[in-house]
Amino acid sequence: MLRVTGLTKSYRSAGEDVAVLRGVDLAVAKGESVALSGESGSGKSTLLHLIAGLDAADSGEIRLADVTVSGLNDAGRAELRRDRLGLVFQQFNLIPSLSVADNLVFQSRIAGRHDAAWHDELVERLGLKSLLKRYPEQLSGGQQQRVAIGRALAPKPLLLLADEPTGNLDEDTADEVLALARDLVARTGCGFLMVTHSARLAATLDRQVTLHAGIVA
Amino acid sequence: MQLATLLIGLISATALWSGVQALNQQARIAYDRAAATFGGARTGMLVSRDSATFPQKLFVDLRRAGWPVSPMLEGRVQIDGRSFRLLGVEPVTLPSEVGNAPAVGRGSLQTFVTPPGEMLVAPETLRDLGLKEGERPQAGGISLPPLRAQAELAPGALIVDIGIAQDILKMPGQVSRLLVGKSKAPHATLESVAGEKLRLVEPSAESDLERLTDSFHLNLTAFGLLSFFVGLFIVNSAIGLAFEQRLPMLRTLRACGVSARLLNTVLVIELVSLALVAGLIGLVCGYFIAAALLPDVAASLRGLYGAQIPGQLSLKPVWWFAGIAISILGALAAAAASLAKAIRMPVLATAQPQAWQQAQRRWLMFQSAAALAVFAVAAALIQFGDSLIAGFAVLAALMLGAALILPMVLQIALAFGQRGARQPVGIWFWADSRQQLSGLSLALMALLLALAVNVGVGTMVESFSRTFLVWLDGRLAADVYISAASDTQAKEIRAWLRDRPEVEAILPGGRADSQLGGAPIEVLGLPDHTTYRDNWPLLESTANAWVRLRPGDTCLVSEQLSRRMKLAIGDHIEVPAPGGSWPLEIVGIYADYGNPKGQIAVNFAALTRRFPQTPQTRLGLRVAPDHIAPLITALQAKFGLDDRNIADQATMKRESRRVFNRTFSVTAALNAFTLGVAGIALLTSLLTLANSRLPQLAPLWAIGLTRRRLAALELLKTMAVALITALFALPLGLLVAWCLLAIVNVKAFGWRLPFQIFPLQLIELVAVAMAAALCAAALPVARLARMQPATLIRTFVNER
Repeated sequence: MLRVTGLTKSYRSAGEDVAVLRGVDLAVAKGESVALSGESGSGKSTLLHLIAGLDAADSGEIRLADVTVSGLNDAGRAELRRDRLGLVFQQFNLIPSLSVADNLVFQSRIAGRHDAAWHDELVERLGLKSLLKRYPEQLSGGQQQRVAIGRALAPKPLLLLADEPTGNLDEDTADEVLALARDLVARTGCGFLMVTHSARLAATLDRQVTLHAGIVA
Repeated sequence: MQLATLLIGLISATALWSGVQALNQQARIAYDRAAATFGGARTGMLVSRDSATFPQKLFVDLRRAGWPVSPMLEGRVQIDGRSFRLLGVEPVTLPSEVGNAPAVGRGSLQTFVTPPGEMLVAPETLRDLGLKEGERPQAGGISLPPLRAQAELAPGALIVDIGIAQDILKMPGQVSRLLVGKSKAPHATLESVAGEKLRLVEPSAESDLERLTDSFHLNLTAFGLLSFFVGLFIVNSAIGLAFEQRLPMLRTLRACGVSARLLNTVLVIELVSLALVAGLIGLVCGYFIAAALLPDVAASLRGLYGAQIPGQLSLKPVWWFAGIAISILGALAAAAASLAKAIRMPVLATAQPQAWQQAQRRWLMFQSAAALAVFAVAAALIQFGDSLIAGFAVLAALMLGAALILPMVLQIALAFGQRGARQPVGIWFWADSRQQLSGLSLALMALLLALAVNVGVGTMVESFSRTFLVWLDGRLAADVYISAASDTQAKEIRAWLRDRPEVEAILPGGRADSQLGGAPIEVLGLPDHTTYRDNWPLLESTANAWVRLRPGDTCLVSEQLSRRMKLAIGDHIEVPAPGGSWPLEIVGIYADYGNPKGQIAVNFAALTRRFPQTPQTRLGLRVAPDHIAPLITALQAKFGLDDRNIADQATMKRESRRVFNRTFSVTAALNAFTLGVAGIALLTSLLTLANSRLPQLAPLWAIGLTRRRLAALELLKTMAVALITALFALPLGLLVAWCLLAIVNVKAFGWRLPFQIFPLQLIELVAVAMAAALCAAALPVARLARMQPATLIRTFVNER
């Protein structure tokens, strides 16, 4: 479903080009969950951002189902994120001016893929029923991350991308949130690619991929 | 960016405030000159109880009785068809404290008092006359004394020895008043020397001109103050953002052990240094603004009050110091909230926009309650206030109340929008607008005030303009106006015109100066003719007012005089005239816009009987339209009249309109300045908000809204709040206009204009406000639309 081939990306820093990704190859099958780990600066988040279409690669190819992500323009990439991807970040990145209820339905409704039954199931399984009228800042970190996962999965994406989704949570909450995410991913049958530093959490997914100095180790 | 914003705010605030202060200072210097010209209001004086002049013998008697008095004769002379104020003084007895006495002393006393004498004039008057020092202008066939320029004199006044003045004015042995020196020497009582003939007028600290022009200067100061506060709004938002951005660094410093006091001291030193630099630049800009506006201000003061202001700017050192001080104090005031926050700042804290919004909501309630209290004060002032200051206080209260209640109005409007929204982006649009409001509210308040002032002043000027034009049509009913060089020439012209068949009527005119209740008035002579009966605009009158005017025992009074002296139809007044008091019954009240003096109108024949010295050089002619141009050409050829002496109705109206427009051009300039500064306030607020908004916008971009769409939504949000503000500003502006027309104008000028609404003007102003909002929003929005993905990604994670 996701195929990344020969992906490179470099940044200009202090007048020098710094190669962050130096020919990465990666594949994630439908329904497969993959943990992406590696030391700081190895390029994990950059790879995730490129797959999400948040940034453009220097060379190489990213294909998601029948779409070549690397060939899309800005509007095309925005459409891809809206319709086919779910994104979860370490900082939760909820919309602060909207209530939990409005955050949850935001992506599915702008993508035109709102499914009321699935939405109710998400609310139920994520334990958000009593929190719907609250605003993000009124929630704990674990609650916020559950809302973020709900928002990302509401449009039933092809692929869920998560960048250190438990990085801001304590161990118990992290386990609980990740278990929920895995469960819901399995329920939708989408692919799951998660960046994590934690070998313990990585081990709970189907496969582990390690990046080292910009290439898959 | 914050540094630039801070400097722009401080420079705009200081420049506009200092510019206005420079103009006020310049005008006050001119009033001082006028007041100090031989017996202005600042000198005590003795005047006749019942006539314009009195015998010189009373002066001699009073001097002998120990009174430190000096005689003065005042009258008007026509030079080239233009009227000048002639003052005859007696230099030997002039009290030393009377303003310009030393000016005479510096010249040769002998030359001044010995015929032909000397005529002292201000350099501006010399320029106006188009003559050089030593030349002798002609007035009514008499050669006036040689001219000499004296810088200290007020423009428009001609100073000669009293003996020469008595000859010129044909008033031998007469004086208008006696100036009273401040000598403490004992002297007999006034009654024991002069009986009931004279009365003492105490000196006044404020001249008539200052009193009259108070409203204008209050108006200028109000504009300056408004611009200053709008500038401070910019500074406040810049400092607020700089503080927000430095928060992590400040917390780190506090965590490392730096005390809050030390931190604040350093911040204050930094701010004062910046304010000093901005203040200096602001002062230079203020100087240029004042220099650019001075001709318009001078024209306004001349048009509205007859005040003469020299065209060159001269500033006192105190102006420079005050400018720097106001810049520093303004910066500290604008930074007060941020500095207080820095002192109370907890070392550990997280951003909580919703909690902050809750706190903001409580503050909004308090602010709205304060606004209602301020509105109540405004209502009480309208009900019970009865002065110019009360009028301006009503305006200030209305503006303050409206500014305070604006955030609540916007909250309600946006909440209403949010309730009606169904689509997720729509819901976000309104919700985010509400959250963003607190950061924009100061700039929006500035926009509200600037727009309301624009609507108010615009409506007032337009109401004035329309009324003025209708009034002008009535007042300038004759087809041709002539101002002869002398009475002799006027007689010759009249004789010549009687033989011209195309001249349907010759309407002689004239005016004399007198006083009523101690204040100067003009007595205008109107011939008994259908031209006046049919066209002269009367606000109210008795039946047959024009017929009743004929015998010479009735008069019409100008609106401003009737208001000032509380005169109504049927009242009786006594006007001092050379032959004694002239009793008159009031049979009508007429509008007399633009005349700072009180005026009464009487039958022309009666005027010349009561004031035999009245120059009869002014003539109006009724002529068939086709014959106007040939007749003017013929008159010019026959009597050597130039454009200053003869004009047709169209030219007179054009000139009057030009003067009118010039009078209000300074208002238009200040309106534009205020709106411009409000636009800058909005721009700086949006620019400063733009950076802090990235964490709110980046998730939407990540979810699938393009940067372009986000930019469009941001633009739409700014336009929406600006539109709500502009719509709120319209009723407020109309209320301001009503206050100006019904309260301030009546108190300041003595006339009340009908209140009219001009929808096109309002639409135009809303369009200007939207254009200003669009310009202000364009830069931050364009930056968002072009923002690199890397910048947005940075919001999510710092690690690559």
